[in-house]
Amino acid sequence: MSETEQKVKDIIVEQLGVNPAEVTDAATFDGDLGADSLDIMELVLAFEEAFKDESGKSLEIPDDDAAKIKTVGDAVNYIKEKQGVTT
Amino acid sequence: MSKQCRVVVTGMGVITSIGSDLASFWEGLLEGRRGAGPVTRFDASAYSSRIACEIKDFDGAAYFDRKEMRRMDPSCHYGLAAAQLAVDDSGLALEAIDQYRCGVILGSGIGGIHTFETQHRALLESGPRRVSPFFIPMMIIDMSAGLSAMRFGFKGPNYATVSACASSAHALADAFRTVERGDADVMLSGGTEAPITEAAYAGFCANQALSSRNDDPASASRPFDKDRDGFVMAEGAGMLILESLGHATARNAHIYGEIIGAGMTADAYHMTAPEPDGQGATHAMRIALSSTGIEPQDVSHINSHGTSTGLGDIAETKAIKNVFDGYAKNIAINSTKSMTGHLLGAAGAVEMVAVMKALETGWIPPTVNLDQPDPECDLEYTAHTKRKVDPEVALSNSFGFGGHNITLVARRFHN
Repeated sequence: MSETEQKVKDIIVEQLGVNPAEVTDAATFDGDLGADSLDIMELVLAFEEAFKDESGKSLEIPDDDAAKIKTVGDAVNYIKEKQGVTT
Repeated sequence: MSKQCRVVVTGMGVITSIGSDLASFWEGLLEGRRGAGPVTRFDASAYSSRIACEIKDFDGAAYFDRKEMRRMDPSCHYGLAAAQLAVDDSGLALEAIDQYRCGVILGSGIGGIHTFETQHRALLESGPRRVSPFFIPMMIIDMSAGLSAMRFGFKGPNYATVSACASSAHALADAFRTVERGDADVMLSGGTEAPITEAAYAGFCANQALSSRNDDPASASRPFDKDRDGFVMAEGAGMLILESLGHATARNAHIYGEIIGAGMTADAYHMTAPEPDGQGATHAMRIALSSTGIEPQDVSHINSHGTSTGLGDIAETKAIKNVFDGYAKNIAINSTKSMTGHLLGAAGAVEMVAVMKALETGWIPPTVNLDQPDPECDLEYTAHTKRKVDPEVALSNSFGFGGHNITLVARRFHN
């Protein structure tokens, strides 16, 4: 598991208060992990605070992008892409 | 007009600096335990006052999972923990209750002020995108009531009262009337406060309400003493289960005591100072008594508002003399704030817990640190040590910034 992937999953465990074993790539936030809309907004904030984009600035996840992130795998891929890391 | 029910207290929970459960709180009050110490919640070195009654032994993990901990302001942590203790103490079978006959009315003076300060800092430092979606729900004063409903499944009347340091006394009065008039069988009521934060503490320093006896915190809260210099801020919560007598006896509940009346007035005088002759407080006590039919000479105990401020303690003393005249000296008055500090919006509820235990056990906790009474405070304040008085009827006074006055009347339970 890459450093980014581990960090994303750690944040999800902490923010949603779920068991690490539940945080699989295919797990959906609103279904499998039981997150409501406020949970997801807060999770996006936590990602923005924890990661930087390609140019070294604090990551910004526009609402339209956030709406497309449905699973843990989506979040990991999105953040890696923004960091300029090829998956 | 619907039926009038007698209203009894069947469960109590407290989270305070002198004890985070009912037994240790009551033991602490009787032995004169003081909760004050140096402020540790933030760096107070630049403040004129640097002391507070902080909770030392609160274990949030005993009540909440990690996510709940993060999603609640400290005022909700204390409030819900005390509520859980009260519900547990009441022995209510939550799976068997009629949910729409059980409600919640709680009070707080400033609610989620910690959350407000944290999120305001995030706004200033990082911009609006960094403000948490939980900012508003964590901050608003009514959230302890809403969360209590979710936790216990109480779907009846649910709201919060706000009247500064009288907030939870007003909550109790409303909860009492709600059960009395038959709108609910069970009401969770009380108050919570978590005000030991940088901005809130600075605000109270600025209006010179706080004691600055920084080198001797244990002696700082000294209601009615001539050397008092302000109150000592405290955090915590007090919660009570108010229940109709019929509902309580049907389930064979333990009954601590009965709430029988309330009187409320406003000073209409000043934003922070009490009306010097205590007229508002006088009328609150008179109205409370007349609503019950109790004669003044039947009152044997008053848990005073007694905050240890210069003006407040004198005005309350005058008010008690106005109401009780020559009989005033026969009443065992105390200020439990001398030990707990001033829990602001939660004070009235914590003090009603103390009153209920006094009615149940017969013991009146002392007013500690009352070494030399102010000449203008010349009543019987139960200085230094507890007294066995076996009170039949007790009053609890609460007053708040804004000029709010409220007196609650409680009686020993007789079937």
